[in-house]
Amino acid sequence: MTNVEYLNKGLDQLNVADNSLAPARKNAITSFSKMGIPGAKHEEWRYTRIGNLFNKDYQFPAKKEGFSKTDLDGIRLPGHEEANELVFVNGIYASEFSVIRSKELVVQSLEEAAGNENKEIVALHFGHSSSLLKDGINALNTAFVHGGIFLNIKKGTVLSQPVYIYTITDARRESVLSQPRSLIYIGENAQAELVETYVTIGKADSFTNQVMEVAIEKDAKVGYYKIQNDRQQANLVSTTHFRQLGKSYLHTVTISLNGGIVRNNLNVVLEADHCEAHLYGLYFMGGDSHIDNHTIVDNVMPNCFSNELYKGVMTGKAAGVFNGKIFVRKDAQKTNAYQSNKNILLSADASVNTKPQLEIFADDVKCSHGCTVGQLDEDALFYLQSRGVPAPIAQSLLVRAFATDILEHITPKAIHDYVEQLISLKLEYDLP
Amino acid sequence: MLKIQNLKASVEGKAILKGIDLEIKAGEVHAIMGPNGSGKSTLASVLAGRKEYEVTEGSVEYLGKDLLELAPEERAGEGLFLAFQYPVEIPGLTTTNFIKTAVNEIRKYRGEAPLDAVAFLKMMKEKMAMMNIGQSLLSRPLNEGFSGGEKKRNEVFQMAMLQPKMAILDETDSGLDIDAIRIVANGVNKLRNKDNAVLVVTHYQRLLDYIVPDFVHVLYNGRIVKSGTKELALELEEKGYDFIKNEVNVGEGV
Repeated sequence: MTNVEYLNKGLDQLNVADNSLAPARKNAITSFSKMGIPGAKHEEWRYTRIGNLFNKDYQFPAKKEGFSKTDLDGIRLPGHEEANELVFVNGIYASEFSVIRSKELVVQSLEEAAGNENKEIVALHFGHSSSLLKDGINALNTAFVHGGIFLNIKKGTVLSQPVYIYTITDARRESVLSQPRSLIYIGENAQAELVETYVTIGKADSFTNQVMEVAIEKDAKVGYYKIQNDRQQANLVSTTHFRQLGKSYLHTVTISLNGGIVRNNLNVVLEADHCEAHLYGLYFMGGDSHIDNHTIVDNVMPNCFSNELYKGVMTGKAAGVFNGKIFVRKDAQKTNAYQSNKNILLSADASVNTKPQLEIFADDVKCSHGCTVGQLDEDALFYLQSRGVPAPIAQSLLVRAFATDILEHITPKAIHDYVEQLISLKLEYDLP
Repeated sequence: MLKIQNLKASVEGKAILKGIDLEIKAGEVHAIMGPNGSGKSTLASVLAGRKEYEVTEGSVEYLGKDLLELAPEERAGEGLFLAFQYPVEIPGLTTTNFIKTAVNEIRKYRGEAPLDAVAFLKMMKEKMAMMNIGQSLLSRPLNEGFSGGEKKRNEVFQMAMLQPKMAILDETDSGLDIDAIRIVANGVNKLRNKDNAVLVVTHYQRLLDYIVPDFVHVLYNGRIVKSGTKELALELEEKGYDFIKNEVNVGEGV
């Protein structure tokens, strides 16, 4: 555990408003004081060291001023003309840059929602991620929550336009420690596609500690896509916590292509019968990047189905971590839970630590897990070469082939094509 | 076209080919037969450039070039083609995409412009009809879940698309029923002309009923121990490989 003076001082000065965020915040303040920043002794942070990231001269709390619409225009994702765009700058929601195209989409500040007709929903779900993530980094975000948003996709609403969420760090003037926060409620029978991306501009140090919590009601259908292709100096802990409260369908794709130290916590809590969840991930990292995907699928109720497939391609000196937990609680009979993690190392200095973790307390379940770490298949390379394809191109074709069954799950076409393009560029410039 | 002299090769220190001499001229079809473990597939792999095999002695001249100095993809660029005994499955890569890349990389090697989409599709359709291959097979990932027959037909289809000067068929008949053998053989026969050559590696005489060779060689224990015309294949079929083994062993005084 690392004690960071400016954070502790900040905590002492916090004034917790009396709204439905308050109980979770008060807990978080106590938790953070007790736990601090997780160090190498914390089991969940053994391979990902973030202690040093806090010892910088950060602007904290961060401010969003100085960012302009022109800056945003260089960042926007393909397909944005047809999308709702929510923009965070240095952890603060910036309504002036955001574009709400679907009139059914309700966007409020978290503080506002915690005091209006949504306060019950906020009370129920805000801070729920701390039930699975017992560390100071999660508590830190909740304790200091500021500038966050509440999204309500009400009962029966089918959003025809996806929601793009930009987490932008403007580190042009100062080093920035930012903590974006959002709570998304997806009502009964509602449907939504969420796309998240992370962009850092400027050369100063940056560290983003993001938490998003999503509550999904009965018969809702949600697609979630996380695209990470930031600078090598951009450090990120990104927590995405889903609760499936009624029989519902969730499908997530996490793509990590560049960054500094990147830690993704993806939790899916299956709290009703017959929920279905798909978790896909592709990390293709080079240079000195560090990518850590920690996932938790928590089967609370019976008859749920989950399938998880994460694939890694590591080049340069990149380091990867995959930790996949599956909990099957004692009432969760007839659970079907599958997990697979496959890795290809393209250079001698790249590494991956992979660890499946199944904790099963019910007796009538089907669970499987598997992980592999290896090189590109020599037989396949030779086969392609024997047909006239030069070795570097054969290698690219095989990496692309390896990624295909992840990429095909990115449903919004503009995003799918964009990711393919990013991968083509990486294959062109990053392969040894 | 292809001249192999005293070729010796080993894998993991174990000698497999112990001095092969073989010359193939344009327009000829040669068959290499032999019992299991005689080195037939090793010979095919060495010619295609598989790096697990170490050439310890000898030379291979192909169209005036030192074949052993060329990378596998350069050999393909020079018109050499190996139909694999066990074609590799590559999930995520469609057969069409694979063949298009191969065709255009070979064209690039030869200094030719890539085929445009129209010309490529026209060529595909023609060769698909020849090999009795449907569009659905080509949209599928390369060889993944293909039956044995589909894999072998796909190999000869690739051969038709790449139009090699020297084609090596490594046990292309293994695992095929008689109808599939006919289709495969028919494909090969249509590609035969006075400017190219075919080397058929097979365990059984059966395939040679359909792809009729000009010369038959028997490989045993890493050497060509007997050569002849197509009648030799029939004799082998009738007497089995034991008669060759006995002849060789007597000759060597074993």
